[in-house]
Amino acid sequence: MNQKEQVRQFIESNLIVFEDEADLKDDDNIFQLGYVNSLFAMKLLNYIESEFNVKIETDEMDIKNFSSINNIIALLDRKLGVTE
Amino acid sequence: MSETVAQTISSAEEAAFQIDRVRQFVDKEIRPYTSEFDKEQLIPETLIKKLANNGYLAGNFPKVYGGLELGPLDYGRLTEEIGRVSPAVRSVLTVHCSLVGESLLRWGNTEQKEKFLPGMASGDTLAAFALSEPSVGSDARNVETSYTKADKGYLINGKKKWITMGARADLLLVIASCEDQVSAFLVDSNTEGIKRSQIMDLMAGRAAYTAEIEFDNVFVPENHLLGNEGGGFTYIVNTALDHGRYSIAWAGLAVAQEALHAMVKYARKRKQFGTGIYNHQLVQEMISNAVVNVEAARALCTKAATLREEQHEDATIQTTIAKQFASKIANSVANDALQVHGANGFSAEFIVEQLYREAKVFEVIEGSTQILQQVIARHGLTRFHK
Ligand SMILES: Cc1cc2nc3c(=O)[nH]c(=O)nc-3n(C[C@H](O)[C@H](O)[C@H](O)COP(=O)(O)OP(=O)(O)OC[C@H]3O[C@@H](n4cnc5c(N)ncnc54)[C@H](O)[C@@H]3O)c2cc1C
Repeated sequence: MNQKEQVRQFIESNLIVFEDEADLKDDDNIFQLGYVNSLFAMKLLNYIESEFNVKIETDEMDIKNFSSINNIIALLDRKLGVTE
Repeated sequence: MSETVAQTISSAEEAAFQIDRVRQFVDKEIRPYTSEFDKEQLIPETLIKKLANNGYLAGNFPKVYGGLELGPLDYGRLTEEIGRVSPAVRSVLTVHCSLVGESLLRWGNTEQKEKFLPGMASGDTLAAFALSEPSVGSDARNVETSYTKADKGYLINGKKKWITMGARADLLLVIASCEDQVSAFLVDSNTEGIKRSQIMDLMAGRAAYTAEIEFDNVFVPENHLLGNEGGGFTYIVNTALDHGRYSIAWAGLAVAQEALHAMVKYARKRKQFGTGIYNHQLVQEMISNAVVNVEAARALCTKAATLREEQHEDATIQTTIAKQFASKIANSVANDALQVHGANGFSAEFIVEQLYREAKVFEVIEGSTQILQQVIARHGLTRFHK
């Protein structure tokens, strides 16, 4: 599984998405859609740090960096300097 | 505390954390005076110093900052031992070590950690967490206390209310907003423009210096911003409250455990209708319920500790579940313990009077029962649909 699929799977497992709701797109803002609460922001941060073995610095804590699958991947690319 | 006990305790710390030592400390230094603290509505400074000298004001801090470096389970057990006998003294640990200490450890930069944590460990700097306001409670994201940018720092204006240790603390972690951004500031409580007053005669936390705090153009230097601007709610408040809930889970267990002991001790001694009241089956029902509830709460707290130790992704929700359950059963067990005591239960001579009053607040702070029920329901809805 590549990074993007891993991140997607993690986010989806934390969303209340019922069968009749549309699929999560890579650019969807997960916080604006209201599918997750603010506790999820911490959980997502902890997941990214432990799963990809990176340390998110204070100046990267901007919620925009975590608001969509694509933004998370972009942040990871910047941190790890590679794309899968 | 005598020198000898102090020496034994500090040498024990060198080896391993021993809960018996904490129990000895609590029985000697806190238990005999707990209702006195409550009546006088204060925690003596000498006790605060002794807590610090034993490392209890920094149980969860790393050793480099003067802490005991306890893991989540030992820190929970420390919280329980103190919380059994004095919920007010335990609340110092909740706000100082858990809410403020853990937020600093997680989000503080090196300079901030080095500046504040050693003083917090030595007891020279007591900390409090200032989020709630007269009109803002559960809906904490919408704090009205505001900040504006100023030359080399920020200016804070507004009013906080219900701040545990607020009237005594030296350092306040203040949550404030600027337009739609929420940020967190480390504020010296002696800064010009701060007015603090203890809220007296509360049903709970009477000795814990709970305060109302006004901020009138209070200057905070730039380097006292914790985390980044705008991260105050999402990251700082959520970190603080997660640790706060963990502390309150153990605090609830503590009250329930102490109430169970008090209930059993009293039931074995008191006689009515020519026999010990423990022989009456309806009294036994209360004892039975208490035993089961205390066991269940302990299992939930221990599981939360294990997941926290592992940094498991379910640690936060498990902590929420433990807090929700322990805070509820603290109330039911304290309620039954008072019932078993009859009229004596209303007297401050018996600890159940204090436990009964203190238990209710667990269902209100760090996310009320109703707010946490929604969080737990959400978890259920995402987890158990397949
Ligand atoms: C002794 C004590 C110590 C405290 N210490 C501190 C401290 O150190 N720092 C600090 O910042 N604060 C502190 N607080 C304040 C505490 O955090 C708040 O009381 C708490 O957040 C609840 O807010 P509130 O009291 O304004 O109640 P409200 O938010 O007004 O809630 C009132 C009732 O409505 C319910 N309710 C609210 N919203 C919903 C909803 N969406 N759905 C269903 N029900 C809802 C609540 O569950 C509650 O039963 C303390 C309070 C006490 C009593």
